[in-house]
Amino acid sequence: MINISEVLETNKMIEQENLDVRTITMGISLLDCASDDLEHTCRNIYEKIVSLAKDLVKTGEDISREFGVPIVNKRISITPVSIVGSSCCKSPEDYVKIAQTLDKAAHEVGVNFIGGYSAIVSKGMTCSDVMLIRSIPEAMACTERLCSSVNVGSTKTGINMDAVRLMGDVILETAERTKERDSLGCAKLVVLCNAPDDNPFMAGAFHGVSESDAIINVGVSGPGVVKYVLEHLPQDTNFEILCEAIKKTAFKITRVGQLVAQEASRRLHIPFGIIDLSLAPTPAIGDSVADILKYIGLEQAGAPGTTAALAMLNDQVKKGGVMASSYVGGLSGAFIPVSEDQGMIDAVNAGALTIEKLEAMTCVCSVGLDMIAIPGDTKPTTISGIIADESAIGMVNQKTTAVRIIPVIGKKVGDIVEFGGLLGYAPIMPVNTFDCSVFVNRAGRIPAPIHSFKN
Amino acid sequence: MNRVIVTVVGKDTVGIIAAVCTYMASKGINILDISQTIVQEYFNMMMITDIKGCTVPFDVMSSDLQKIGEDMGVQVKCQREDIFDKMHRI
Repeated sequence: MINISEVLETNKMIEQENLDVRTITMGISLLDCASDDLEHTCRNIYEKIVSLAKDLVKTGEDISREFGVPIVNKRISITPVSIVGSSCCKSPEDYVKIAQTLDKAAHEVGVNFIGGYSAIVSKGMTCSDVMLIRSIPEAMACTERLCSSVNVGSTKTGINMDAVRLMGDVILETAERTKERDSLGCAKLVVLCNAPDDNPFMAGAFHGVSESDAIINVGVSGPGVVKYVLEHLPQDTNFEILCEAIKKTAFKITRVGQLVAQEASRRLHIPFGIIDLSLAPTPAIGDSVADILKYIGLEQAGAPGTTAALAMLNDQVKKGGVMASSYVGGLSGAFIPVSEDQGMIDAVNAGALTIEKLEAMTCVCSVGLDMIAIPGDTKPTTISGIIADESAIGMVNQKTTAVRIIPVIGKKVGDIVEFGGLLGYAPIMPVNTFDCSVFVNRAGRIPAPIHSFKN
Repeated sequence: MNRVIVTVVGKDTVGIIAAVCTYMASKGINILDISQTIVQEYFNMMMITDIKGCTVPFDVMSSDLQKIGEDMGVQVKCQREDIFDKMHRI
C-alpha cells in the first residue's frame, strides 16, 4: 500500500517543483475531409474536428482534478494541410480559408493550439505544397491558434534546398505581417528535418499520414523536478550517482504522463499513441533546463562542457522514461528554447550563450534552434543558411532538428521582445552576418548521406 | 479502483481528523488507513479511502473536503490513488 512519504513526495513535485503534464494532443486525420470543393472541404474539416475533440478540454480538466496533477495544454494535431487541400485549393488564398476554418474549430473546442498547417517537402514540392508554404505569412497573420511547420529534409532524402531557400523568405514575410505583435507569427512556425509523425508538441505537431484516424499523444515535462533532485546532491557526486538520480526522476515523471495518456484515451474512446519524453521548460522560475545544466556544474548554460552535460542529461531522461511508458515517440529529449526558459535568457544576457553554441547543443538533444529572436533586418538568405545548417545536423545524425527563429521587425541586438504566456520573452541575439547567398541560391537538393543507405 | 488518497497539510489544530472523518461517515466513504507525520512543523495526514459507497460524486466530495479544510486553516486534497501507485510502484 502507498505510504505517506510517497504521497508527500509526489505532491511536493506537483506543488513546488512544477511537475505537470505539458500537453494532451489529439491527432486527427483529415484525409477523409478532402474534396474538390473548397467550401465543402472546410465544412468537413470543421465538423470532423469539432465532433472528435468536443470533449478533449473537459476530459483533460477532469483528469487533472481527479489526479491532482496540472495538465497545462490541450491541443490538436492534424494531417498536413497541403495534402488535405491539394484537390480544392487553387491559390494560396484558398489555403488561407482552410487556415481560418482550423482556427475557428480550435476556438470552438477550446484548445490553445492546433498544429498541422504543414507541408512535408523533404525531397520535392508539389504545386499544392508551394501554395501552402506561400500562404503561411497570411495564415499566421489572420489566425490566433494555428501552428505551421514545413519539413525540408530527412536522412533518407537529403535536404530540399529549394524549400530551405523559400522558407527564408516565408519566415521574414511572416515576421513582417505580424510586426505589430513583435513578429509573433514566427513563434508558431517551425522548419524541421526528420519531423516525426506523432509529435504532440507545438509548433511542429502534425498528424502524419502513417497514423490512424485519431490518436492521443501526451507530452510530459518536469525540468523543475530534475533540478530539485540535482540541487540536493553534493557537488562532488560522481557521474554514476548523478545519472541514476536523473533516470529515476525521469521514470517517475513519465509514469504520470503514461497514466494521464491512458485515462484520456479510455475516456475519449480514442487509442493511445505515444508519450513524448521531453524536458520542456516554461518561463516559470526553476522550471528550466539551463538551471539543470547549472546544477550539473556549469556557471551558465553555454559554458564549455554544456554540450556534454546536455548529451548526458538527454540520454538519462530517455533511459528513465523508456521503461515508464509502453510507447515512446515524438521528439523525446530535452528542449532548449531560449525565450521559454529563464535560465537560457539569463545565459544569453550574461554573454554565455550564442546561436553557434546553441547549434552545437542541438546535435545532442531535441530539437533545434528554438524560440530565438534575431534582428529584423537579417537577410532571408542568412535565415536559409541557418535552416540548412540545422537540417544538416538532423540529416547526418538521423535525428529531428528544427528551426523556430523570430526575426523581430524593428528590433536590434540587445532589445527585448515579449511574446507572452508560455512563449515567454527573449533578448535579440546577434547573427553571423557573413554572406551565404551563393550557397543558398543554388537550386535542387543536397543528396542523402551515405549512411542512410541501409537496405 | 475506487481508492482516493486524501491529504491534509497545515498547522496542527484540534479536531482536524474529527471533521474530515465526520464528513466521510456522512457520505459513505470508507477509511482504509490513516497515517500522519510532522514535516517542518507542518501537520501532514494521509488517508486511504474507498469511495465505492460514496453518495456524492468525486468533484463534490473533493470540494466539500477542501472547504472543510479551509475553515480550519489547513489544505485538504483528494486524488485518485493511481497517480501515486503509478509513480512509486512498478
